[in-house]
Amino acid sequence: MAFLELNRVTKKFDRASVVSSFTLEANEGEFVSFLGGSGCGKTTTLRMIAGFETPTEGSIVIDGVNVVDVPPHRRGVGMVFQNYALFPNMTAGQNIGFGLRVAGRKPAEIRHRVLQLLSLIHLEELENRYPHQMSGGQQQRVALARALAIQPRVLLLDEPLSALDAGIRVRLREEIRAIQLQLGITTIYVTHDQEEALSLSDKVVVMRDGRIAQIGTPWEIYNRPASQFVASFIGSLNVLAAHVVDPAAGTLRIKDQQIAAAQPLEVSAGESVRLSLRPEMISLTNGHPNHNRLTGAVTNVVFLGSIVRVFLRIGESDLFLDTFNNPHTALPGKGDRINVWFPREACLVDGE
Amino acid sequence: MKRASRWAWLWIALGCLYFVLPLVATFLFSLRARKGALSLLAYAHVVRDPQFLRTFAFSLEMAVLTIIVGLALIVPTAIWVHLKLPRARPFIETFALLPFVIPPIVLVFGLIRTYSKPPLAIVTSPVLLIAGYVVLSFPYIFRSVDSGLRAINLRGLVEAAQSLGSRWWTTLGRVVIPNVRAALLSAAFLTFSIVIGELTLAVMLAWPAFGPYMAQVGRDFAYEPAALSVVSFLLTWGMIALMQALSRGLGGTRSAVGGTH
Repeated sequence: MAFLELNRVTKKFDRASVVSSFTLEANEGEFVSFLGGSGCGKTTTLRMIAGFETPTEGSIVIDGVNVVDVPPHRRGVGMVFQNYALFPNMTAGQNIGFGLRVAGRKPAEIRHRVLQLLSLIHLEELENRYPHQMSGGQQQRVALARALAIQPRVLLLDEPLSALDAGIRVRLREEIRAIQLQLGITTIYVTHDQEEALSLSDKVVVMRDGRIAQIGTPWEIYNRPASQFVASFIGSLNVLAAHVVDPAAGTLRIKDQQIAAAQPLEVSAGESVRLSLRPEMISLTNGHPNHNRLTGAVTNVVFLGSIVRVFLRIGESDLFLDTFNNPHTALPGKGDRINVWFPREACLVDGE
Repeated sequence: MKRASRWAWLWIALGCLYFVLPLVATFLFSLRARKGALSLLAYAHVVRDPQFLRTFAFSLEMAVLTIIVGLALIVPTAIWVHLKLPRARPFIETFALLPFVIPPIVLVFGLIRTYSKPPLAIVTSPVLLIAGYVVLSFPYIFRSVDSGLRAINLRGLVEAAQSLGSRWWTTLGRVVIPNVRAALLSAAFLTFSIVIGELTLAVMLAWPAFGPYMAQVGRDFAYEPAALSVVSFLLTWGMIALMQALSRGLGGTRSAVGGTH
């Protein structure tokens, strides 16, 4: 049995479903991200785990116990908020010690734990600073330490980095992951930033309109998206208009060029479909006899440093591909007609 | 810029004059009880009158009780409205205007009519006076507390405290109240000054309060009322300073709450 289980959790506000039939299993020590745009229900789901919202239906099980009726202060779930929510009347040290203090622990024990956590977040020297005397990144570190001080069974992070500058964001997310691995704490991380979700997580839950669009490892989500929505939400994507030639063989026609998908298609011959391709899956050289080939005219070449992005016109569709910069190979020029290749597995086909 | 600041100073000076001149005039007048010389004779009369201390002490007691009851009623309500019933705010705001709209004399007649017959014959109990004072100070307390709560991230702080294992009353006492201390103090000051000088309720409910005493002295003497005004002004400020000092003491225990030092 998984350590944290959400079974068909549904939340309705005034009859409108914000979260619908959300089912998830997270193992002990796993880092799970909820990824989605605003209003997709990811924060509401997190707040239900914390106990700040009550599910309309379904159960939330932590370590074998259904906690739906347990008030937040008895759930043993630590939470880090987007806006830090540090207590302004307490110093960093007092903020971190708050949870132990209200639990009635001995002052010496609290002091020991506070120092331990301050060193974990590398802010020993800021123990006596008040929140308003700290930067956003420092405040969020203290908020993390405060949530960890009570040794929660589950750690929840609600877009903890979205109020911070880009540089600090990357550094702090690496720190969060390192601490999480070190403590082996089951963690749910809400974010709208795909890079954060992919780089941090053991498991990513992509959400849309209160429903789970896909659950998988970052690798699966990126390389085997379950739907066009997931594919377009994560990473960049080419979408081309195509027609089905032979569904059983998986063959498609783009204008007058024929290609094949890796799997049989679940639509009938002649129907129009959308073909999605990751730009980095398309190559300027043929790597394998089985690969699909498309011919088109180069409309633009953009140099991005380590990567070069080539734009093509194929029939009525535009396509772009990313290739690593290599000073020893010539790049196609604008207006050239070139061939590009991509593997059959790279084709993601959606009915229209 | 320089010119703007010069104008600003002029307006501040005018404002100060507007407030200070009557006080100075009253003070100077109060010193003339003895003909042809400046003296503290009027003050001596005021202080020697046993009624003065008795009525002031009574009003002081009523003010403190009103502050306690008012804050105890309104602070949790305002927090509850902020957290759970934000849609009820407009309703409560309208409600908070009623004491301005309804004159105290109407209020007190209503109280007397309602509470002078069984089962609630409490018209002779100070409870009714305090209840009336709580109604009068309700708009001031509610507005102070409301703006104080709006200035902090109340929901975030409460949820953070709860997720750290803090119960509701602990959260209220250790997280919410210390962070709206300034608002609570201003509510207390306003309530204090309302109750100390209040006349209508005290007269109609027949209590020996400071307001009626001042009115009485004003009718019967010439120089003493001026002296009494100055004394009561100083006393009120003294009390407010004392409250501030006491709450700073609370601040001292507050910083021990985290318990990490």
